[in-house]
Amino acid sequence: MVAGAVFLCCAISSVLFLRELDQVRKGATLQEFLYISSPKLLKHLSLGYEGLLADVYWTRAVQYYGGMHHAGGGNYQLLWPLLNITTQLDPHLIPAYQYGATFLSAQPPAGAGLPEKAIQLMEYGIKHNPDDWHLYYDLGYIYNDVKDYPRAADAFERGSHVPNAHPFLKLLAANMAQHGGELQTAQMLWTSVYETTNDKYIRENALWHLRAVKVGLDVTEIEKLVAIYRKQTGHRAQSFADLARIGLLQGVPLDPVGNEYQLDADGNVFILDPEHLPFVEKGLPPGYVPSSFPKIPHDR
Amino acid sequence: MNRRIFYIAANTFREAVRDRVLYNLIAFALLLSGAAVLVGQISIEIERLVVINLGLTAVSLFGVVIAIFIGIALVSKEIDKRTLYTVLSRPVRRWEFIAGKFFGLSGTLVVNTFFMALGVFGALLYVAHSLHVPDLRVLVALYFIVLQFVIITALALFFSSFSSPLLSAVFTFSLFVIGTFAEDLRGFAAIAHGLTRWLATAAAYLVPNFSALNVINQVAHGEAVGRQLVIYNTAYTLAYTVTVVAGATLIFERRSLK
Repeated sequence: MVAGAVFLCCAISSVLFLRELDQVRKGATLQEFLYISSPKLLKHLSLGYEGLLADVYWTRAVQYYGGMHHAGGGNYQLLWPLLNITTQLDPHLIPAYQYGATFLSAQPPAGAGLPEKAIQLMEYGIKHNPDDWHLYYDLGYIYNDVKDYPRAADAFERGSHVPNAHPFLKLLAANMAQHGGELQTAQMLWTSVYETTNDKYIRENALWHLRAVKVGLDVTEIEKLVAIYRKQTGHRAQSFADLARIGLLQGVPLDPVGNEYQLDADGNVFILDPEHLPFVEKGLPPGYVPSSFPKIPHDR
Repeated sequence: MNRRIFYIAANTFREAVRDRVLYNLIAFALLLSGAAVLVGQISIEIERLVVINLGLTAVSLFGVVIAIFIGIALVSKEIDKRTLYTVLSRPVRRWEFIAGKFFGLSGTLVVNTFFMALGVFGALLYVAHSLHVPDLRVLVALYFIVLQFVIITALALFFSSFSSPLLSAVFTFSLFVIGTFAEDLRGFAAIAHGLTRWLATAAAYLVPNFSALNVINQVAHGEAVGRQLVIYNTAYTLAYTVTVVAGATLIFERRSLK
């Protein structure tokens, strides 16, 4: 009876003390070091169970990235070693290439800002999984991000030759070669992401990027009409009603979330509510500074 | 199998069950169900992979531990309890005793693996919502794991036939570890010269080859396992196990039990 009470009290106390210790030493459990950094040594130490170890390291990489991202970014110095170990332990772990390269290539604070490492990771993945067209697609995507359009076109082209590759890779290769960097290309890339992923979060992310691209395209088009109006009438349009009056517009144009586009006195076109249209680059209200971590709205 | 071997095997199985060996199934079930539920929340797109990798690794490691810790005591326990004298005073030959013990422990491990396999497929069904043809390749990996247990049981029995339980455990576990590097050892032998080459080659053939029996990662990725690998692994395990059990019998036959 006494032993039971002592056991219970001490067990509860140890948990409480540990919680206090965690408060005193905040971040101690997320310290940035690897006990063993050599993938070869780890492979040997795994006694043949390297598949499970790779899963553990991949989960650790995801948690590390998520933790750093949640904390507002950082230098992500362990991300590349973790991904390198993961993929060397299991070269067929496709999600580690696909998501890992995204984590690596995204610019700080959203990612590590290491596109060259992302490309290295992807090339390693392609070397070990040459028949997976997704990897060529992701590689092309990274090259597109760093504005290396010839290499992006080459990656899409290589992917298009893989058996069972999605037909849009050929289109992407051609489009990239001709119109690299244009909004139409971005629209095509995000459409392909939207159509091919099974992950609901990625699908939602792609949808909001597509909306942002749509804003860019709309704003470009409307600004052209505003310029035409000025050329035709000799003075600046005060509202969209002016453009509608001479038949350039049917009415007030709406953005992808249903708000009316805005027109200022200088002829700039912009959206009304940038908080509900993340990722928009062209068409932001004058003076508005977008967040480094755009949040996807869930009320639309 | 003759009846005397069968009875000894059945008693060994019963004793293992009585020793609560199958309690490991509870730990296994907790581990696997925990992983199946948790991994989806803390990682990305590897739920199925983790269930197979973790499931098969756990089947393998749990079985290896059971094979070593039960196997090393198979003979010494009977001597300590003096039950061996009762057995051998009956018309039971020493080789029959060794064979019975081997089959008894192997049977225990097969039953244990069967229940764990049910757990693996149950967890797979939970995370993937359905089973597909590539998932059946997990059965090949499970078969290879059973072959691994058979070799380890034979080794534990071999060391148990002449050594103390502690040393038997050390020897068997060492051979398990070295056996996972068998292919590296052969690679080293291939590049060595002179006496080193001979010694390395001899060691490479002497230690069990566990690396060829590990196809966990392969089946986790849905890759097929070649029929030839199945045939040769079976033949190799059979030949190696019979050699080791025969060695155990030879030593046990000559051992003075006075």
